[in-house]
Amino acid sequence: MSDAKIVVRRLGVFFGQAQSLRWVTMDVPRNRILGIIGPSGSGKTTFLRTLNRLNDLSPDTHIEGEVLLDGQDIHHPNFDVVALRKRIGMVFALPVPLPMSIFDNVVYGARLAGVKRDKWDELVERSLRAAFLWDEVKDRLHTSGMRLSGGQQQRLCLARTLAMEPEVVLLDEPCSGLDPISTAKIEEALTILKAKYTIVLVTNNTKQAARVADDTAFFLMGEMVEHGPTSQIFTVPRDKRTNDYVTGRFG
Amino acid sequence: MKFNREKTVERLLLTVAFSAIASLLLIALFIFKEGVPFILKVGPRDFLLSSDWSPQAGKFGIYPMIIASLWITLGAMLIGAPLGVAGAIFLNEFVPRSVMRIVKPTIELLAGIPSVVFGFIGVVVLAPLIRTHLGGPGLSVLAGAIVLGIMVLPTVISISTDAIGAVPNTYREGALALGATRWQAVHMVVLKAARSGIVASIILAMGRAVGETMAVIMVAGNALKIPHSPLDSVRTLTANIAMEMGQATGMHRQALFATGVVLFIVIMILNSIATAAVRRRIGGKGNKK
Amino acid sequence: MRIPPKYTQMIAVAVLAGATLATLAVLLFIIGYVLNKGLPVVSFQFLFSNPEDMGRAGGIFPTLVGSVLLPLLAIAIAMPLGVGTAVYLTEYTRETRATKVIRFGTDCLAGIPSIIFGLFGFIFFVVMLQFGWSLLSGGLTLAIMILPTIIRTSEEAIRAVPHSYREVSFSLGATRWETVMKVVLPNALPGIVTGVMLGIGRCISETAAVIFTAGLALRLPRSVFDSTRTMAVHFYTLAREGISNENAYGTAAVLIIAVLLTNLAAYWLMHRFIARRTK
Repeated sequence: MSDAKIVVRRLGVFFGQAQSLRWVTMDVPRNRILGIIGPSGSGKTTFLRTLNRLNDLSPDTHIEGEVLLDGQDIHHPNFDVVALRKRIGMVFALPVPLPMSIFDNVVYGARLAGVKRDKWDELVERSLRAAFLWDEVKDRLHTSGMRLSGGQQQRLCLARTLAMEPEVVLLDEPCSGLDPISTAKIEEALTILKAKYTIVLVTNNTKQAARVADDTAFFLMGEMVEHGPTSQIFTVPRDKRTNDYVTGRFG
Repeated sequence: MKFNREKTVERLLLTVAFSAIASLLLIALFIFKEGVPFILKVGPRDFLLSSDWSPQAGKFGIYPMIIASLWITLGAMLIGAPLGVAGAIFLNEFVPRSVMRIVKPTIELLAGIPSVVFGFIGVVVLAPLIRTHLGGPGLSVLAGAIVLGIMVLPTVISISTDAIGAVPNTYREGALALGATRWQAVHMVVLKAARSGIVASIILAMGRAVGETMAVIMVAGNALKIPHSPLDSVRTLTANIAMEMGQATGMHRQALFATGVVLFIVIMILNSIATAAVRRRIGGKGNKK
Repeated sequence: MRIPPKYTQMIAVAVLAGATLATLAVLLFIIGYVLNKGLPVVSFQFLFSNPEDMGRAGGIFPTLVGSVLLPLLAIAIAMPLGVGTAVYLTEYTRETRATKVIRFGTDCLAGIPSIIFGLFGFIFFVVMLQFGWSLLSGGLTLAIMILPTIIRTSEEAIRAVPHSYREVSFSLGATRWETVMKVVLPNALPGIVTGVMLGIGRCISETAAVIFTAGLALRLPRSVFDSTRTMAVHFYTLAREGISNENAYGTAAVLIIAVLLTNLAAYWLMHRFIARRTK
């Protein structure tokens, strides 16, 4: 489907000599939530980090195949990596508030991108509302982000990413350390956000994928085994391995 | 556009990063440039082994000063090494962590005392003591060795403490589990494991002692003769350079630079040995087990 | 006769404790002695009036100024070079042969005794570049001397910044330099400043390298090309030429207090840095 936001064709990712991702081919559909499930070490995070070229930071990596964003090859030598990361935002597994105030956290990326100072207040409010955090912090925007609870910190990270006004939001097991209420808040936010953004959500929790994702991809040992609409993956998967995983036979 | 700025910054930082090695090369270049031709002209044998230092008459033998530096350095290590290692062992093994965390920085703090102050105390307190109780002029090899020994103590303690602290607790626990006392665990197991680090600290301290100038000028007497007893007054290589540099010209000045060359080489050798000893420990630890 | 291990341990501990206490005692004695004899001499006037009669009378003001300006100049030169080197080594490269060379140079530089720096500074800055005996010659020489310290402490401080901060910054579209300036350096600052304070402490105590580069002038310097005398040099001159034992003690007291204060500040900063990291 060439209407997909991101198109991945025969992607192989190598760390030195070792191949972490084996020839993945799939589409990331626009304005939907794509859930990526699979046991630890399957290459889910590697896949995610390839999409915003964060793997470039690790030494000795190289890729084969192509990743197209709106039809453009993101690994092309002329492609501006910095601009790419403004269009594709990322929320990490462990909440990492930068050691500055909540306000400064949210505007960090936008400020570097050149957004003017007079737009910041509005941007901060909008982003915090979208992350379902505004009401809890609106009175203490200039206190340190590190004082928030785990769930609040993660929503802050989401707000920070949204403030960049990206087109795609990548989330790497964002709820792994969070309590059920915070998890629910983030899932609710994602469901609303997909109207504006394309969302890719890596999760260790198959039930979360079942709840939230429109489409799901199953990764196993560096290979993308199958992908399709969530309902199909969880009820009538084509591959036996997928079936075994989603029914809990292994994990 | 941002990309160009990044490239420029990276290139700039690369240049800056070579400032340390560039300075080192400059220093070596100029010291050697002034000193080596002189050594070649006068002949290394005459320079290093002659006892006649009379700049006015054109004689530049530094043998007495080599001996002086040797004696004082060895004397300093005889005092500083045992005391330092003992202190390091005590602080690491027989004292609660909280005490160590206060005492170690205190010792390092006290090490910040300027060398001229050490020298001065040597002159007004130590030298008279030596003169009264042991004889001689007071300003002597002994005084120099004691003052230098005290000055290098913090170096020995600091690095030895790190070396001893780096020995994994499993070594100690293993020994204790076999029924050893704390002291037995220390001298049979821990010290052997920390040996190269401790040796490195002593060698590094030696390098510092050889290079020390101000304190020895004040306290060692500066007589131009080969010492025959610890109570004799002596002049070290460093003292000679510092004392005569002000009025030296022509060949005299070159002779002093030549002395600097000798010092430079000796200290570089000492430091290389020390660094190699440390590296052997890290390498050895990795290969063992 | 074999002494039971219990007793050898007691003897050993006693010996070790004795050695440690002896070390502490000697160091404390030195400080105490100097402060005892020197503090009575130190007064507002002593600090802020000019020396008279080559230092036999009067105060030490110009040397105080020298001891402030010289380290400041040295830091102004060494800090950008040192922090820049540290940033390059940690943020812009992996361990390559080039980085090994850089580290080797730094380690060697750290081991060179101050008299050699004095010789070098003299022949290079004073004579060849014709700066003469001056603040400039002294500052440049001292800068090279403290460069290894700045590089080491800065590198440690920069490496202590969690990698996740950098990842977050990059994922928000920052360039490497922006990440360094906006996230890494601000966080490494306390560690870097610790190194700076240690470097300043070293500059204040330094004598051999300073005499041959900054000279002995007892007047207030009016430009970087003027010669200046630091307190350490002044103290040495007073003591060695036997000019005035009394003023020597006074100068030494101020000198020691200055060095102790800068080193204490360095340690306090280091503790705050570590405390903040582990919060």
